[in-house]
This record gives sequence, structure tokens and C-alpha cells, in this order.
Amino acid sequence: MATEIRMQTAPAQGQLVRTKERKALFWGLLFTLPATLGFLIFTAGPMIVSLFLSLTDYSVFKEATGWVGFEHYARLMSGQDELFVKSLQVTFYFVVLKVPATILVSLAIALLLNMNVKGRAMFRTIVYLPSIVPAVATAMIWMWLLNPDLGLINQLLSSLNLPTSSWLYAENTVIPSVVLTTMWGIGGTVVIFLAGLSGIPQQYYEAIDVDGGGWWHKLRHITIPLVSPTIFFNTVMAIIGAFQVFNEAYILTGGGPNNASLFYIFYLWRTAFRDTEMGYASALAWIMFAIISIFTLFVFRTAKSWVHYEGEGR
Amino acid sequence: MRPAVLKQTLAYIALIAISVMFLIPFIWMVRSSLMNLGQIFVMPPVWIPSPVQWDNFTRALTILPFDRFFLNTLIIVFFSVLGTVISSSVAAFGFSRISWKGRNTVFAILLSAMMLPGAVTLIPTFLGWRSLGFYDTYMPLILPAFFGGGIFNIFLLRQFYMTIPRDFDEAAVVDGAGYFQIYSRIILPLSRSAVIVVSLFTFLNAWNDFFGPLIYLKSSEKFTLALGLQMFQGAYTSQWDLLMAASAAVVLPCVVVFLIGQKYFLEGITLTGLKG
Repeated sequence: MATEIRMQTAPAQGQLVRTKERKALFWGLLFTLPATLGFLIFTAGPMIVSLFLSLTDYSVFKEATGWVGFEHYARLMSGQDELFVKSLQVTFYFVVLKVPATILVSLAIALLLNMNVKGRAMFRTIVYLPSIVPAVATAMIWMWLLNPDLGLINQLLSSLNLPTSSWLYAENTVIPSVVLTTMWGIGGTVVIFLAGLSGIPQQYYEAIDVDGGGWWHKLRHITIPLVSPTIFFNTVMAIIGAFQVFNEAYILTGGGPNNASLFYIFYLWRTAFRDTEMGYASALAWIMFAIISIFTLFVFRTAKSWVHYEGEGR
Repeated sequence: MRPAVLKQTLAYIALIAISVMFLIPFIWMVRSSLMNLGQIFVMPPVWIPSPVQWDNFTRALTILPFDRFFLNTLIIVFFSVLGTVISSSVAAFGFSRISWKGRNTVFAILLSAMMLPGAVTLIPTFLGWRSLGFYDTYMPLILPAFFGGGIFNIFLLRQFYMTIPRDFDEAAVVDGAGYFQIYSRIILPLSRSAVIVVSLFTFLNAWNDFFGPLIYLKSSEKFTLALGLQMFQGAYTSQWDLLMAASAAVVLPCVVVFLIGQKYFLEGITLTGLKG
């Protein structure tokens, strides 16, 4: 008798679990449907089309579109496109300056803000505020500040008998100047560092106090290792962002002088929307994707040796 | 005690110096926006405008139809925020409060889109909108918000939902509530602050967006503030009094929104940054 009942209920229960699972699957898919559709329509679909386009000579104004295979990529790799080479150099130079500067300066500011000082919230607000200013307004303010003849910065420099600069208007200073203007907006990175720093238990520092270590010792052996996951996160984000700079090129410099600030995405935009070479521009986009992937992967690979995760979880 | 006091003092000096550096561009903008051209160019620089030239604002904002740009921007911002809040909160619910097969895989795939440079999808997306006849309309700027509203926002809300105890859902299920009731009656009201964070971020992104309007809008009467400001700069180079007045007018709403919602902003960044 008993076995019979068990045999009857077991499948019934399985059935119940299965309908519950099916119900959850149905609702789960339904709730996430707009997001998955959005991903398919605005990310996955365009990605496939973009790959396809990069193998054609598609242009908005051309009647017929021809299949060119890997011609675009071959041309890019051969170095025939001098502007492409130039835009790569410009962008790499920018990334090399911008990423370490962002990490070092924002970590330094975050360390200061993390000290037990009065008015901490106010200082934090001041540092964060510029990062919410629209890019166009930021560009205009800095164009005015860095104006070679009448701008505040050159006026201050000359009043201190320091050498002035042409800033955005000279080939050799334009990229560092753009880096400078973007440094105004590092508040977001600072706040993320602050969050990382506030997670460090105070006892660790007290232990060093007992052992008689100085601030350098604390920074080197406690703060930096424990905040390294945040350094890692911010570095990855900074690399991805720095490679894709566009607004600054478009508004501040127009790519000049003499292509000295021909940022990669600016060149891509010009190729696609001014010269309407959509096929070629798609190939440019994939090259950028490859470059960013390689760099991110590289940072991920090296992470094991310098990113320190507390305990088992993250 | 001595070294501690010294350390504090040095920290203050550094923080004040940094604050001054971050504030000077704002101050310089505001002071230039209230000066006449003669005073702007005086050397050494004058910091306090006299007389105060309020007229710069009226002039700057009427040379181009900035009221129109303002309205256009508001329309885009409103629908972006609406779409983002609805679709990202629904999606975040599906990715955190319902356990379904394949959930984490789907979420990981969506999350990977965050790494993808926008340039890769730009051209096909543009061509798609164009072939649908939506070039030079607000559709390309608004409609995507209703399809997930950006994985970043879904991620942020999901992080928040996961801090809400499961017991709430189970109690509701006992009372006979379905998933939709759990979402609308329990999760959404409890995550008010996270929803505000998402709204604020979306507001600023839409308000500040330059690239989207640049690509999709052609007729100047449809321009947003960001585009209008750029157009103004192109036409009135070196009229720094007017340029700074227009800039200040565009910056002001952002600053006000930020100062009001400050607490939420910092919370939101912390929420995403820590678990990044």
C-alpha cells in the first residue's frame, strides 16, 4: 500500500516542480524580453551587419554595392591609409597619457578625501561636479581658459614669468592639452576609488601603527593591495573610454592642427558620415574593437599578479 | 599628536588647492558670462564683473532659438527617463527575482555588450533608422530607452534588488500574488532610491548627449541644447561673453539636478563600482 502511494505521489510532485519551473521560465523571459530584444536589435544584429558591411564597399550615395572581401582590412594593415596610421598614433598617445594620469590623480584625490577631514562631503561634491557638465560646455570653457592670447591660464603663466603655450593650437601640445581638459571630469573615478577605500578595515592600519610603520608603509602594503580590485576596474573603464574619445576632437580641435588630434573615432565618423564610406568605416570599427579587446584582455591577464582579492569572494 | 596635526593641515591645504583647481573653470565661466567684452579681456584678469552684464544672457539665448532647443531637449530627456525606468526595472526584476533556466547566461551576454565599443554598432544602427524613415526625428534617441534602457541601468537595479530579502516575495506568493504583483507592489516601491539614481543618470546622459543628436538630427529647429551650443560656438567664435553666457545656461540645469539628487548619485556610483 505504502509503496503504491509513494509511487503515485512522486511523479505528481515532479510534475508540480516542472510546471513551476516552466512558469518561472515563462515569466523570466517575459520580464527580460524588452532588454533581450533591445540587445538583439541594437547590439547583436548591428554587429553582424557591421561585420558584413566591412567586407563591402557600401556607400550611401553609391548605386551598387560590391563585395570586396578583406580588401579594407588589407588596406588598413598595409599602412597605405596615412590618416588611419596617424589616428592610431594620436589615439595611442592619448591613451598612454590619459589612463595613468586618470588612475594616479584620482587615486591621490580619493586618498586625501578618505582622510578624516571636516568638510569631506563638500570637497567630494566639488571634485565630482565637473563630471556632470555637458561635453560641449566643458569644451567651450576650456577653449576659453586655454586661449593662447587672452585665456586665463596663459595670463597666469606669464604673470608668474613662466613660459606660455599654444595649448590646443600647436601640434606638439594639443594631445596633452586635451588630456588636461578631460582631467577636469575625473570625479566619477574618484568616487569609485572612495568606495573602494572605505571598504578597507581600520584594524589593518592599526596593526601597522603597532609595528611602527609610516604612511608609505601603509600605502604600499595595505591601501594599494586592498584597493587593487578598484584600480583594476577603473583602469579597464579608463582604457575603454580613452580609446573612444570623440567629442573633444569634434568640438575642441576638429582633429587639428594638421591632424595632430585626429582621434580614431573622429576619423571613423568622418569616413562614415562625411565621406559616406560606410563599408570602410565598418572595417575601422572592427579594428578598434580588436584593439580594445586586446588591451582589456592584457589587463585581465596581468590582473592575477597585482589584483588582490580579499577572502574567497570578490 | 604633533605629526597628526601636521598631517591634517597638509591634507587641508592639498584639498583646498584641488578644490580651487576644480572650481576655477566654473568661476571663470560665470564671471565671463556677466562681463562686457571690454572687461573680459583686461589684463591682469578681473574676477568681479562690474557692471554686471545680465544682458549677455538675453542676447546669447535669443540669437539662436535656445528656448526651442531647451524644449526639444526636455522632450528627449523625458521619454528617455520614462523608457529607461520602465524597461530597466522590469528587466532587472527578471534577472534577479525570478529563477529561470539560462538566466545568468543571458545576463552575462547582455553584460558583455557593455564592453563593446559603440562604433561597431553605429553604422548599421544609423542605416536601420534611416531606412525606416526615422532620420531627423527623435525616434533613434528615444526608442532604445524602451528596450532595456541600457545594461548599465539594469545592472545597477539588479544589484539593488538582490539586497531585498527573499522572504518578502515568498510572503506575497502565499497571499496569491503573481510575479507582476511582486514587482509592482513590493520590489518597485522598495527600490525607490535606486530608481531615482537611474533616472538621474539617464537625465544627465540624455541632457549631455552630443553624439546621438549629431548623428541623427539634421534640421536645426530639432536641435538639442548641446547641438545648439556647438552651433552657436561655430558662429560666434571669440564672442566669449555670449559663449560663456550660453554655456552657463546649459550647465545650470545639470548642476541644479545634481545638487538636489547628490546623495543618490554617490550611492549609485558606489553600488555599481564596488561590485564591478
